[in-house]
Amino acid sequence: MRRIAIASGKGGTGKTTVAVALAESLSVENDQIVLVSDCDVEAPNVHLYLNPDFDQTKEVYVLIPQVDEGICTGCGICAEVCQYNAIIILKDRPLVFPSLCHGCGSCTLNCPENAIREIPNTIGNLERGIGNKNIYLRHGLLNPGEPLTVPVISALRKWNDSLSPQLEIIDSPPGASCPVVEAIRGVDFLILVTEPTPFGLHDLKQAHQVANELGIRTGVIINRDGLGEADIQGYCRDNSIPMLMTIPLDQKIGAGLARGDTLLDIYPEYKDKFKALYEEVGQVIEEALDL
Amino acid sequence: MKLAISSSTGTPDTKFSARFGRCAYFLIVDEGADNWEKISNPAVNTQGGAGTQVVQFLADLGVEAVISGRYGPNAYDALAAAGINAYLANSGTPRQLVDQAQSGSLSLATGPSGEGMHHRGGRGGRGGRR
Repeated sequence: MRRIAIASGKGGTGKTTVAVALAESLSVENDQIVLVSDCDVEAPNVHLYLNPDFDQTKEVYVLIPQVDEGICTGCGICAEVCQYNAIIILKDRPLVFPSLCHGCGSCTLNCPENAIREIPNTIGNLERGIGNKNIYLRHGLLNPGEPLTVPVISALRKWNDSLSPQLEIIDSPPGASCPVVEAIRGVDFLILVTEPTPFGLHDLKQAHQVANELGIRTGVIINRDGLGEADIQGYCRDNSIPMLMTIPLDQKIGAGLARGDTLLDIYPEYKDKFKALYEEVGQVIEEALDL
Repeated sequence: MKLAISSSTGTPDTKFSARFGRCAYFLIVDEGADNWEKISNPAVNTQGGAGTQVVQFLADLGVEAVISGRYGPNAYDALAAAGINAYLANSGTPRQLVDQAQSGSLSLATGPSGEGMHHRGGRGGRGGRR
């Protein structure tokens, strides 16, 4: 299976638009089983374009400590080893803060009295199903108020499926920190979607640095071209990043997307453009395999 | 009673700091005394859970009341469990605020202030580790 991720740095540049367009362009005609994994677990929205019937769900939990106060001596080692300050000792009694716990298990391992056992704390859900044009979709939903996105993204990417897609398209969350790393780790190629504004360029650089750190090959799509003057092409040239596509600033596209239409619904000619893009990306991936 | 007041400068006569978990210093003083002690906040650069770390630190020092501008949910719960009174202040110097607490003109927090600080602003790549 080939894995391509879509990320951006800046939010709202068109990651989902591109992910859906790529999936639509490749799914039906090429007889490919295409799976889209929406890893923006704080605000997933690919389903708004693909309208799947979610027929499978799974809970995501982290294991948090539960202290048996009858055994606990109040020694405080659990609080000392916690890197997240999720356990404190007050009046010789441990107090656990589930929302701070990352589920690392250090407290349980280090408790000299074996007074800690781990219990599941549900932080979100996964859903999957088949959407428009036979595109498979799965996404994660972080429960409101929960701070840990990474375990949900990790669980989503590990969710085993009887189905074996030829292509997985990963819609990454915005940003350039842990959730993005978790979403794009191990992919064959990363498409960075940006816009020609100072914000788009600044955040593109950050996302590109993350990809470099992870050793992932990248290419850039400029969306809403004409919106600003930032020299995205210059940055790509200077850093040898292939320019894959330019999508103009076009009110018809914005209005269509806002209605829930996909880019291919609005301009069917993008199907061929995305097929060509996929060919180009495929060549880069093949070349990398030869190295 | 031992009080701790959040401060960005560590002096009793400049404006207090409204930040609790991540203020630069705490000023520790005994009620009715003038024994101001400036202590660096050990949680100022911690990755997450600054509020709980600070409460642990202050509880270990024997602090019985704190004065700050706002308390996140974890900090508030920890203070309540530790039996530490949490006074809410808007403005003033630590010296003035301690006087106000003694005269009863400073109110006690009855719940967390706002949504908490943990992982604030994570989207867009500006947040803490998640």
